[in-house]
Amino acid sequence: MTDPVDVLIVGAGASGAAVAWSLAETRMRIVCLEQGDWMNPLAYPSTGRDWEARAYGDMSISPNRRQRDADYPVNDANSPISVANFNAVGGSTILYAGHFPRFHPSDFRVKTLDGVADDWPIDYRTLEPFYAENDRMMGTSGLAGDPAYPPKEPVMPPVPLGHAGGTIAKGFNKLGWHWWPSDTAIATEAYDGRDKCINLGACGSGCAQGAKASTDITYWPHAVRAGVEVRTRCRVREITVNGDGMASGVAYFDGDGVEHFQPAEVVIVACNGVGTPRLLLNSTSGRFPDGIANSSGLVGRNLMFHPYASIQGIFDEPLDGYRGPGVCIWSQEFYETDRSRGFVRGYTYEINRGRGPVATALTGMFGGRIPFGEGHHDAYRQLFNRIAGMVGICEDLPEEHNTVTLDPALTDGHGIPAPRIDYALSENSRRMLDHAVARATEALEAAGATDVITEAPIGVGGWHLMGTARMGTDPERSVVNEWGRSHDVRNLFIVDGSIFVTSAGVNPTRTIQALALYIADAMKQRLANLFD
Amino acid sequence: MATTIASDGPFTDNERRSLLALVGAVIPASAKHAVPGADDPAIAADIVATARPHHETIAAALRHLESMATQRFDTGYADLDPASRARLARELTRSRFAGVGTLVTITAQCYYRDDRVMRSLGMEARPPFPQGFDIPQGDWSLLDPVKRRGRIYKGA
Repeated sequence: MTDPVDVLIVGAGASGAAVAWSLAETRMRIVCLEQGDWMNPLAYPSTGRDWEARAYGDMSISPNRRQRDADYPVNDANSPISVANFNAVGGSTILYAGHFPRFHPSDFRVKTLDGVADDWPIDYRTLEPFYAENDRMMGTSGLAGDPAYPPKEPVMPPVPLGHAGGTIAKGFNKLGWHWWPSDTAIATEAYDGRDKCINLGACGSGCAQGAKASTDITYWPHAVRAGVEVRTRCRVREITVNGDGMASGVAYFDGDGVEHFQPAEVVIVACNGVGTPRLLLNSTSGRFPDGIANSSGLVGRNLMFHPYASIQGIFDEPLDGYRGPGVCIWSQEFYETDRSRGFVRGYTYEINRGRGPVATALTGMFGGRIPFGEGHHDAYRQLFNRIAGMVGICEDLPEEHNTVTLDPALTDGHGIPAPRIDYALSENSRRMLDHAVARATEALEAAGATDVITEAPIGVGGWHLMGTARMGTDPERSVVNEWGRSHDVRNLFIVDGSIFVTSAGVNPTRTIQALALYIADAMKQRLANLFD
Repeated sequence: MATTIASDGPFTDNERRSLLALVGAVIPASAKHAVPGADDPAIAADIVATARPHHETIAAALRHLESMATQRFDTGYADLDPASRARLARELTRSRFAGVGTLVTITAQCYYRDDRVMRSLGMEARPPFPQGFDIPQGDWSLLDPVKRRGRIYKGA
């Protein structure tokens, strides 16, 4: 047994880093256990000629394809959308694109406004100061004045429009639709020890330049300097409980496969919307036979992805292609509910700059636009640097039949039961995807596209994992309370996307981190009576 | 990029012959664009080395391809004319036979990182880091109509 700690955090990704940094000022002894390792940016794909190939291999977004030592398998055969994640210090921020929108005020009030799902127990105003604090820590770029949002002040100027952004913006303007430079977690100026973006174009497989704000280079250096200990290659098997029904610590395997027990006064789970329910469900005891913190039966239920639609235009003139951050502008023309569209809630368009030479070839060959043999090269050159478009990020409403459970047969390298995903697209999501494809096609044609390539939903697009340990004030209808504490176990907290009540129609990382900072602040405010 | 030479891979001589014929049929050389085919020795060596972890499924696909060639033309796949090879390659890909998609993907990955091919596309033959690339800022006045329209978010 190792020495007891005050706070034990499981997971060193987006939320684990934020909560660790915030709590560090308390001078409590804080340890974070992370199943992955520190990444070496100089080994990221963009440093080699095989940078695109590695996105299909050891730096794939799919843990099942990647199969690094740090990864655990996920049985997502019964889902049209497969799970994407990354396991390392920094978590999935290592591979995310850095598209960094906030939620909107309406996102916290969908029951009140639209009569669906549930309202959150907190609102936009509650999170606003934590959004701002997170923006400073991550270094957010953007342009103030977006009419789709309440006022907010980005830390740095936006990423460039480029040829692709400008071309598609003209299409939106022709239709009179909203667009704005995306808020991004990409430094456009030197910031907090990070260098500015030099348009490597491989954001999705790790930023060798250090411009993209993965938490291994933003929060963690500050947290570690403040005294937080990060133990890597440590995979937690279960959260243990004592006779009082409180969490007593965790059992984990170290990098050599040796099992340890780490006692802790407080346990914070930060393992994402799949990893967190997996850990809770694996933590069974006489007191909690169905998994810890699961008296509501809702651990693992209400899994939300964001169903994605991909709509890519083919243009006559060369655009940005493989150069530049993939993100550039967004449109929230169809964000708020308009029932005449045939669905409730809405979506964001995230405009993509282009794609690399290999992705262009594969798009063309598998999509029938580039023939095998004679004609390959002429057809390829009609696509190379000429593809740009967007993805529609659709709000996914919570449904209890969409679940993360424990697979009866599949285990990870330590024999720990792996997660199984059972998920079906709702009719509302299907209609939203159809709408997103149709409207984006209009926009791309207005921008001059001569042809359009679509995919909806994107099968590999399970980047956003939410809702499987939802927050709320009613212990029968939620897993954690309005400040992240388990209803059942008063020294157990959850800070990742699993506590989302609804998903909004935007990338979740900025809100996940704002929530983690908010929960850390709530804990600090209540240190004297945290368990009351 | 793979550095392993082709001869030390797990592919037999017959499998390698079929594989090179197949990748050359998928992406042939072009005098017009001054580029080699995917069966160029340097590119093919890269493909064979990269395909090594997938040998079993790719070899099965190649056996199926040879069987198709023998049944249709009573000869081996590598001995077919280019048009017939391309046609059979298309059919094999459409059949979604395990291993074919993997091989086509690896072929594209190795082909489009070859110096000669990258230069023919106007690219510098280098990785993105550390030089990076230039992207123009663009015309931010395009935002003027969006600003004039005003607030679109819903209060709550």
